[in-house]
Amino acid sequence: MKFDLSEEQRLLTESVERLMLDSYGFGDRRKYGGEVPGFSEAMWERYAELGLLALPFSQEYGGFSGGPIETMIVMEAFGKSLILEPYLATVVLAGGLLRRGGNEAQKTELIPLIVNGRAKLAFAYAEPQSRYDLFHVETQAKKQGTFWALSGVKTLVLHGNVAGKIIVSARTAGGTREKNGIGLFLVDVHAPGLTRRPFLTQDGLRGAEIALENVRVDESNLIGDPEGAFPVISRVADEAVTALCAEAVGCFTKMQAITLGYLKTREQFGTKIGSFQVLQHRAVDMLVELEQSRSMTLYAAMMVGEDNAIERERAVSAAKVQIGRSSKAIGHQSIQLHGGIGMTMEYSIGHYFKRVVMIDTLFGDADHYLRRLAALGGLRSESIN
Amino acid sequence: MDLMFTEGDRAFREEVRRFLSDNTIPEIRQKLAEGLELSKDEIAAGTRNLYKKGVPTWPQEYGGTGWTLVQQYIFEEEVRAFPALVKLGMGQDLVGPVIYTFGNLAQKQYYLPRIANATDWWCQGFSEPGAGSDLASLKTRAVRHGDHYVVDGQKIWTSSAHYADWIFCLVRTNPDVKKQQGISFLLIDIKSPGVTVRPIHLINGSHEVSEVFFDNVHVPVENLVGEENKGWSYAKYLLNNERFGDAGVGISKERMRRALELAAQTYVGGERLVDQPSFREKVAELEVQLKALEITQLRAIANASKQQQGVQDPASSILKLRGSEVEQAAAELLMVVMGPNALPYTPDEELGSRNEPPILPRWAAKIAPTYFDSRAASIYSGSSEIQKNIIAKAILGL
Repeated sequence: MKFDLSEEQRLLTESVERLMLDSYGFGDRRKYGGEVPGFSEAMWERYAELGLLALPFSQEYGGFSGGPIETMIVMEAFGKSLILEPYLATVVLAGGLLRRGGNEAQKTELIPLIVNGRAKLAFAYAEPQSRYDLFHVETQAKKQGTFWALSGVKTLVLHGNVAGKIIVSARTAGGTREKNGIGLFLVDVHAPGLTRRPFLTQDGLRGAEIALENVRVDESNLIGDPEGAFPVISRVADEAVTALCAEAVGCFTKMQAITLGYLKTREQFGTKIGSFQVLQHRAVDMLVELEQSRSMTLYAAMMVGEDNAIERERAVSAAKVQIGRSSKAIGHQSIQLHGGIGMTMEYSIGHYFKRVVMIDTLFGDADHYLRRLAALGGLRSESIN
Repeated sequence: MDLMFTEGDRAFREEVRRFLSDNTIPEIRQKLAEGLELSKDEIAAGTRNLYKKGVPTWPQEYGGTGWTLVQQYIFEEEVRAFPALVKLGMGQDLVGPVIYTFGNLAQKQYYLPRIANATDWWCQGFSEPGAGSDLASLKTRAVRHGDHYVVDGQKIWTSSAHYADWIFCLVRTNPDVKKQQGISFLLIDIKSPGVTVRPIHLINGSHEVSEVFFDNVHVPVENLVGEENKGWSYAKYLLNNERFGDAGVGISKERMRRALELAAQTYVGGERLVDQPSFREKVAELEVQLKALEITQLRAIANASKQQQGVQDPASSILKLRGSEVEQAAAELLMVVMGPNALPYTPDEELGSRNEPPILPRWAAKIAPTYFDSRAASIYSGSSEIQKNIIAKAILGL
């Protein structure tokens, strides 16, 4: 049992943290958010140069063969800076689907483009009525000769506004809420019949709603089994949730540091407010949440590679419950401890608060994952063996 | 980075399991499983068996096993699961490490073997009626007269004092300096003339703690540990050890196991409680908290070597605070499962003799007392509020 990072992981941590420190302060973020795609293309290039876009892919496609721990390291650093770039959408989600579900030709063509920063992708999984159920798919895919024709509406497509290609989940067979009968299709955003409505998210990121009307997709752009994509979707969602947990831990770390800094400088009643016991105890409550979140994220990162789906899903669900609860706890405390300044757009803390609350809603909030964990039989109290 | 135990650790766990089944007295195991109180002889016999290979937490040179922190953790976990004797005692856990760290050669040679083989039973004389959370304001006086100290004063909340042969005390040896700087650490034979032990009965009906009175008690000066007036730093060392080991993951796991076992035999509205979604969610919520605590404990163990070099570890700082909350929540969950059956109060000697609802296991009679007792977890060994004060200062720099 060891919690220390390997030499390579330490180097990765140092290089991504240095990049964030040099180029991604709160002022930089505000500037990048005002640029045309809603993030910094220059930073995206830096990620490519540093190999961050290559992280989870195998070496034969130009990747670094990193695992969940490497992704955790990068996402935690990204969380500290509240990055705006489509890393989750492109590398973790779409990249994950290609990595786990794509055929040789698809991987050979697309992964090198992701790695060198030339392709941005997105994953359209949500629909107006799906809420947190990835198997709730109404969008239809009908086979017509060598083509598939896709029709339906996909909502909440993370960074769908900038993706050149979007991977769409669509129903090829069965009823709306069946796990079987779902396929994944790689759709070009310029394909006739596809329209997208971009939007800004609460936390300053971007997304899009996609409408598909008889959009023709070539057989070569079908990813994996046309009726059996759900296990791949579910697995990649677990990886994305683990990555989001790590991003949240980065946010929490920064929220705690910013709030502590404020307690140590702000004066009222002729003294630093951090000298008041009530506020000290609230700050300790934040630390407890942060450390528990860190522990559960480590747990998820170590379990998400597990092939046993039940064990994996239990661990990931448990971590998302912790992160969701802590998002509110740390978010509320950090705003309260700041007082009025914490409510302003010009100050950073509120932006972290918004991000962690939105992370709670992605793929399933704490209540959703608690129900899922309970349905899976809970964590049970056996020891880790 | 690897959360999994190594091959060696797993083999060690198997060895511990074998050791426990070969060396645990069946009656003691049974009593522990049912939550009954053990007699002093049973505790002593159980301890001697448990420590056949040495005291788990001590270095080899003092009669310890020399095990790594991971091995100690595994041992403790297996002991609780078995269950073998869980009360590791204040001699082994608290005063032993103080003696081998700060004591002189004669003290090490005399006391340590007697602790290791359970000849001497120790209790802790820290709290006083006027010194609870504000421990350093303690007033029990020790005045030196030639080759002995004369001790006068009172200690309270002294666990196991009625079983103890010795009491280690914080006493005031200098009343004229800053309160932390006039305290000494004294070892006192509890059978000395002038020492009176008076029981305190707690709300759950148990007698675990006592008041201890000192009236003109003569204590040889060779019973002073370390230097006079340096006792506060030894006490802080001791309290750090106490809190480090206090996440109570094993206790909470055991409570969770029992809650599920009982919920599988409990019917609500014609349906097993354990199958009801609202109950399962309640369980899952607590399981998440317990897992987070467990991983935090393992992180603290992994970081312990850095901590010994003086680096403050936030993970280990929260263990006592969080551990007591989880223990309490688990006790509360057991109460939920018991529902109306928690009502009858059954003293140990009446267990089995009264007309218990036949569906409940015998240990279920202890659930309400355990729940009442669990409220103490966030009070003893530095209340949660004191823990927060310490963390705010030491870790957060406030």
